[in-house]
Amino acid sequence: MPEANRYLGKPLKRKEDPRLIQGLAHYVDDLVLPGLHHAAILRSPYAHAQIRSIDVSKAQSAPGVVLVLTGADIRDSIGVVPCAAQIPDMKAAPRPVLAHDRVRFVGEGVAVVVAADRYAARDAIDLIEVDYQPLTPVVDPEKAIEKSSPVLYEGYKDNIAYRWQLEGGNLKAAFKNADKVIKQRMVNQRLIPVAMETRGVVAEYKPGERQLTVWSSTQIPHLLRTQLAAMLDQPEHSVRVITPEVGGGFGSKLNVYAEEALVGFLAMRLGKPVKWIETRRENFQNTIHGRDQIQDVEVAFKRDGTILGLRVHALADLGAYYQLLTPLIPTLTGLMASGCYKIPAIGVEIIGVLTNKMSTDAYRGAGRPEATYMIERVLDLVAAELKKDPADVRRKNFPKLADFPYATPTGVIYDSANYPRSLDLALKNSGYKKLRQEQVKARKQGRCVGIGLSTYVEICAMGPSSAMPAGGWESSTVRVEPSGMVNLMTGASPHGQGQETSFAQLGAEILGIEPADVNVIHGDTAIVPYGIGTFGSRGTAVGGTAAYMSLMKLRGKLATLAGFLLDVDPAKLVFSKMKIFVKSQPSKSIGFGEVVAAAYSAKKLPPGMEPGLDATSFFEPGNFTFPFGAHVCVVEIDKETGDVRLMKYVAVDDCGNVLNPLLVDGQVHGGIVQSFGQAMLEEAVYDEQGQLITGELMDYAIPRAADLPWMETDRTVTPSPVNPLGVKGVGEAGTIGATPALANAVADALSPYGVRHVDMPFKRERIWKLMQASSRRAK
Amino acid sequence: MSAEIEVRVNGKSYRNQVEPRLLLVHYLRDLLGLTGTHVGCETSICGACTVLLNGKAVKSCTMLAVQASGCEITTIEGVSALAPTNGSGLHPVQEGFWEEHGLQCGFCTPGMIITSVDLLRRNASPSQTEIRDAFSGNLCRCTGYQHIVKAVEYAAKKMKSRKR
Repeated sequence: MPEANRYLGKPLKRKEDPRLIQGLAHYVDDLVLPGLHHAAILRSPYAHAQIRSIDVSKAQSAPGVVLVLTGADIRDSIGVVPCAAQIPDMKAAPRPVLAHDRVRFVGEGVAVVVAADRYAARDAIDLIEVDYQPLTPVVDPEKAIEKSSPVLYEGYKDNIAYRWQLEGGNLKAAFKNADKVIKQRMVNQRLIPVAMETRGVVAEYKPGERQLTVWSSTQIPHLLRTQLAAMLDQPEHSVRVITPEVGGGFGSKLNVYAEEALVGFLAMRLGKPVKWIETRRENFQNTIHGRDQIQDVEVAFKRDGTILGLRVHALADLGAYYQLLTPLIPTLTGLMASGCYKIPAIGVEIIGVLTNKMSTDAYRGAGRPEATYMIERVLDLVAAELKKDPADVRRKNFPKLADFPYATPTGVIYDSANYPRSLDLALKNSGYKKLRQEQVKARKQGRCVGIGLSTYVEICAMGPSSAMPAGGWESSTVRVEPSGMVNLMTGASPHGQGQETSFAQLGAEILGIEPADVNVIHGDTAIVPYGIGTFGSRGTAVGGTAAYMSLMKLRGKLATLAGFLLDVDPAKLVFSKMKIFVKSQPSKSIGFGEVVAAAYSAKKLPPGMEPGLDATSFFEPGNFTFPFGAHVCVVEIDKETGDVRLMKYVAVDDCGNVLNPLLVDGQVHGGIVQSFGQAMLEEAVYDEQGQLITGELMDYAIPRAADLPWMETDRTVTPSPVNPLGVKGVGEAGTIGATPALANAVADALSPYGVRHVDMPFKRERIWKLMQASSRRAK
Repeated sequence: MSAEIEVRVNGKSYRNQVEPRLLLVHYLRDLLGLTGTHVGCETSICGACTVLLNGKAVKSCTMLAVQASGCEITTIEGVSALAPTNGSGLHPVQEGFWEEHGLQCGFCTPGMIITSVDLLRRNASPSQTEIRDAFSGNLCRCTGYQHIVKAVEYAAKKMKSRKR
């Protein structure tokens, strides 16, 4: 990294914002093409049914309708929805783009209409008549694995998709040597990601050029291109994917969806551009869900609080079909079961279960929030059992600094950390001691106050290619144009994270120019070299590192050329304030623009140097990174209503080095609030018939501004040794660290009622009933 | 069947024949090309479609275009004309969102900005609680709202100082 930072680490305001705050940005639905047609999809009202027949004749003759297709019409023309994850002995559960024989969840597409306008398409799907033979739905994952359960797929003897096991250390000995063992069942409920922009696709086919262009609201343009080409049986160079502005993803757009291929197919079939915009109800029913695990946990520990062993048995509800990473996500829970503690022996078994619901997949945190929630609840259960302070029990079990890089019994290697430091800072910033004193007072006054703590570690910067289904590297190309303006292309695909700004800061710092002169380009497969995308907190840690490498490569060429022009040793050159000069001899100086001009005029180049100025790098990380932190919060429960109010929230996060603190704060805030949503409000509820009864924002509450107190954020900085920037990633920290802090606070508040554990979400009814039951017992 | 409507949008007059069932948001987006107003939920919950109708914030996704006939509408594209912009071409609320990092993906932002303009018209010095309450009909999934609160505080301060 350059010695004196002018831009890196500074809270520059975002370059993205002017277009976004003036209504000038273009999301998918904002695109208009000549002759644009609109698609609408008829979806199954049944969770489980056989399709006997479909009559599309009325829809076909409806005004404005140009095409109606059913699953049977397209099954031989479009491949199934791809799944990149493979687990040994896993049953297949491929999703057809439209169902053709059986529907397996409410919202599964069965037919599509294309019409000249949006309303006509929507009208016409009501004219399609489908004759369904309803089948018994499989909804409850615990019942789904019983022998008596109906099965989702003909030919399978049960609904168990896979059993995945992991064991490290001597579990038997751990449980034998324990002073105490606690068992607890925990439910990590199903969530709906709710990006504010639903998904959407526009496709256009130009037969002369044999070029299909697909605009999609996605986090992974290149992976999508590869998969679309395969699904539509097109050469990959005939498919171009463009991500316009993307209105949030949170993992829900880290996928390849049926509609992306379907709309591409329709555009090719009709020779007309076609648009499909997901309605919010479709988004709830038919875009991936998150979490959904039932965990049975057993922990063995000593009287002094030392944890000896942990057994986790989890039932993961995968839904009816596999989306891109569906089967993989629960296994991340297994990998991270150790949390930020030195636990000598860990055993995990995960059973993936098929049910008549939408697929689960990567939702912000993706498997790690489930691990962190589990282990952080376990730590508090141990503390409560031993009547010790939860902070002390945590400290007791942290690995020592000398243990890093620390290898867990689950087989991952934590890169770098200082857990006591972040815990101490969080305790200090929250005034933890005083909070505990105030809690004693409050309880004496009859108030129900709880303090919650979590110390978390997450696995981020996904990741080494050896561990990633589709490769884990990232690409970057930097090109200095003859004008001196820099185009920096990244294979990452930001959708709100702000990398147009932070990567411009990086470029400006390395080349000694202004951030305004660095234009970050992403999300167009015809322009940007092949990349992996933005997910798993990898944008900066992997994508940023690739950008750094390409910039350093380019800087090398500029230095060689400048050194040649100035007749000095390139190694002595400094890049700053639009100039390249010898540090000890500032008169030996040349303007950045002059060197660029020399590279393009090519009249005076060092022997052997090619004209032009560009550089490409691919960064393959040697490991994941492991951001960590400590969160403290205070809740108060209204005894009359069971209403849980969050009174205070203090977060200390360590995401390694920071390129732009403003962006990091934004990520942390947003993550904490999504955690708050899981803890307090959110729950995807399917009834016994498999109907999604929380199928709209009217029935599924996400946090509102007034639900939240002021969040106090702070940081410690432990650079990651995994990449030269020393960054760890921060996109998911809040959703991983905060949920258990909130849950621990609620359990702490309810401890005088004899409550040891309560499952999320902490809705008034649930909390009130628990308090009532305890009062009755007391009587 | 169609009906004639006449509206003023961002200071410009329009007269159109529309289907009576056409939603106001689709009228603005599809007929007038003002795509800054977004559709987030179709049920008035999320507020991405918020516009000013005769000066008041309304959800354009659950209102018909014909109901807006005769009205004055301001969308995000026209919001900067409502206040002195200090040469930046931005409304102080827009400035606030930029300065305080009040947005990430930006999808909810036009609605958030319109609602903030409406709040500051009614209450020039809102408390943090009043700001949070004003967003009861605007959802953001990215920011956690904290920087949005700061953005509105920034704008309130700016608007007061410019009046003086």
